Amino acid sequence: MTRRQVVVVGAGPGGLAAAGAALAAGAEVTLIEASERPGGQYHRMLPEAYEADRPEAVQHGHRSFDSAARRVLGHPRCSWWAGSSVWALERREPGAAAGPPAVHVLRGGPGSPRRRHVLAPDALVLATGAHDRVLPFPGWDLPGVFTAGAAQALVKGERLVIGDRVVVAGTGPFLLPVAASLAEAGSRVVEVLEAAGAGQVARGWLRRPWELAPQAAKTGELLSYARVLGRHRVPCRLGRAVVEARGGDRVEEVVTAGVRADWSVVPGTERVTAVDAVCVGHGFTPRLELAVAAGCALRPVPGGTSAEAFVAVDDDQLTSCPGVYACGEITGIAGAPAARAEGAVAGWAAGGGDRAARPLSALRAQRDQGRSFAARLARAHPIGHAWPGWLRPDTVICRCEETDYAAVCAAATDPAATDARVAKLATRAGLGPCQGRICGPTVAELRRHPGGQPGDRGQPGDPAGTPMPPGVHHRPVAEPIRLGELARPPGPPGGPAPSPFPHPTPKESS
Amino acid sequence: MSPRLVPAASDPVRRRDRPLGITVDGVPLSGVAGQSLAGVMLAAGRTSWRTGRSGAPRGVFCGIGVCFDCLVTVNGERDVRACLRRARDGDAVLTQSRAAAPAAGGEGR
Repeated sequence: MTRRQVVVVGAGPGGLAAAGAALAAGAEVTLIEASERPGGQYHRMLPEAYEADRPEAVQHGHRSFDSAARRVLGHPRCSWWAGSSVWALERREPGAAAGPPAVHVLRGGPGSPRRRHVLAPDALVLATGAHDRVLPFPGWDLPGVFTAGAAQALVKGERLVIGDRVVVAGTGPFLLPVAASLAEAGSRVVEVLEAAGAGQVARGWLRRPWELAPQAAKTGELLSYARVLGRHRVPCRLGRAVVEARGGDRVEEVVTAGVRADWSVVPGTERVTAVDAVCVGHGFTPRLELAVAAGCALRPVPGGTSAEAFVAVDDDQLTSCPGVYACGEITGIAGAPAARAEGAVAGWAAGGGDRAARPLSALRAQRDQGRSFAARLARAHPIGHAWPGWLRPDTVICRCEETDYAAVCAAATDPAATDARVAKLATRAGLGPCQGRICGPTVAELRRHPGGQPGDRGQPGDPAGTPMPPGVHHRPVAEPIRLGELARPPGPPGGPAPSPFPHPTPKESS
Repeated sequence: MSPRLVPAASDPVRRRDRPLGITVDGVPLSGVAGQSLAGVMLAAGRTSWRTGRSGAPRGVFCGIGVCFDCLVTVNGERDVRACLRRARDGDAVLTQSRAAAPAAGGEGR
């Protein structure tokens, strides 16, 4: 009997659960991960070379994650491709049998040349996660201004303290673990600023409180961060935001201000605070380039812009593309427990498991609870439409190309540049090395209401199921590839033998 | 003050640091095995190592390989994201600039 071949992209909570479930269903699994270690952004693992005796001291839920990761990665039917990235998906020719696209992978470790591989799986699970969204403000391009995720990656993933006096600001509960990690590592967190007002946060989180019961673990986790912040006497302020960063070659101070529900600055509330680092996060942007490349239909966010979209999935986490499943943050920002449940459903279906299997109904229920948690999160921490009031004409919007606010506004009101692509070419916003990953959602929003006026943002989005344009997520080359790498013939699909889950050692030899 | 590593002696994760050395534009910097190149440079007090089109300094922003602000040349290999690449003993890092980009296309040196 030939086993089903399943490729899983991403080894965060969703992807690991998907790989585990596909293995349980009897499939052969190739798990592809860009980092050297599993865990994704949530379980930021310490580098192996640190030989840490007690990694659990700074990793939430480390033990259960570690045993799950060992079980999956050490499974005889699992090929673990660490340090590998999918740079393209190639859809099947029209007329060919329906199925997932071919998966183009670059594989190789540091110091060794990357090798190209092409996989043709029976099913593909996308678990590519999300990255921080950061709204621009004057000075956000100064060194020392980090995304909240960067701070977390450096402190949890490397034990590097980014500064002595740090302000953590933005919106959403993710600010709390970031601030807690920094405080525990020895930074003085001057304050944590949540832009949403107390009323908004309370209404969002406390409405229908019984729906939160299944998320007790998440609530407990948040409380543990709150305790850490209390112990370090870190003040948390609601309805306040960083509206400017100042400094010469690096950030030296920030201007913070009270903001209204629409995030317009309350005059007279500005305050200057000396800092040597700032961490900002205004929610998350799903990493959709592979889903878009596969041709998966996107689901609009009610009231959102074309940049705010998630992958549409059915009850089995199947996308609109045959054989392509999606799980985790690319289907909605709902946190690790929801991603695990979605991943298990997706992996089981992708691996050919029985759709009526009993454990599946419990997983689906967990998944649905995760979705309602996501909706609650979005309600409690919406981005106020008046934030462009923070900007000045010369404020950088696209960090790569240094396109400023004035240029984006001019293009947005130029009748000759109504098409997004024309505007992109005119302003160069989104044409730099990051290909609009950072500025894309911002530029899309500014094009709709350049002056920070509500415009049509208050309107509900297209009805679910209506195909959405891929917008800023369309990047056919998902990962930079060198021409030399492209020119070499692809290696065998199986590649070299899978590396064992590497802990405590031995060191990788190749 | 500058970014720094949590001292190994007081780190609750109980690490064992093995030193390594890299050069950045010829200047030697010391780090420990396991750090990313960005981590080594930050911990050594460098918060920026690249310049944008206008010459504005750039260092780490996203820290997870999304923003490309931290690009460097490593052992002759251009456009490496310093936040993703683990430092190896003896790595020769050259900073990059877009300001001096010759003609069209990509990152100039």
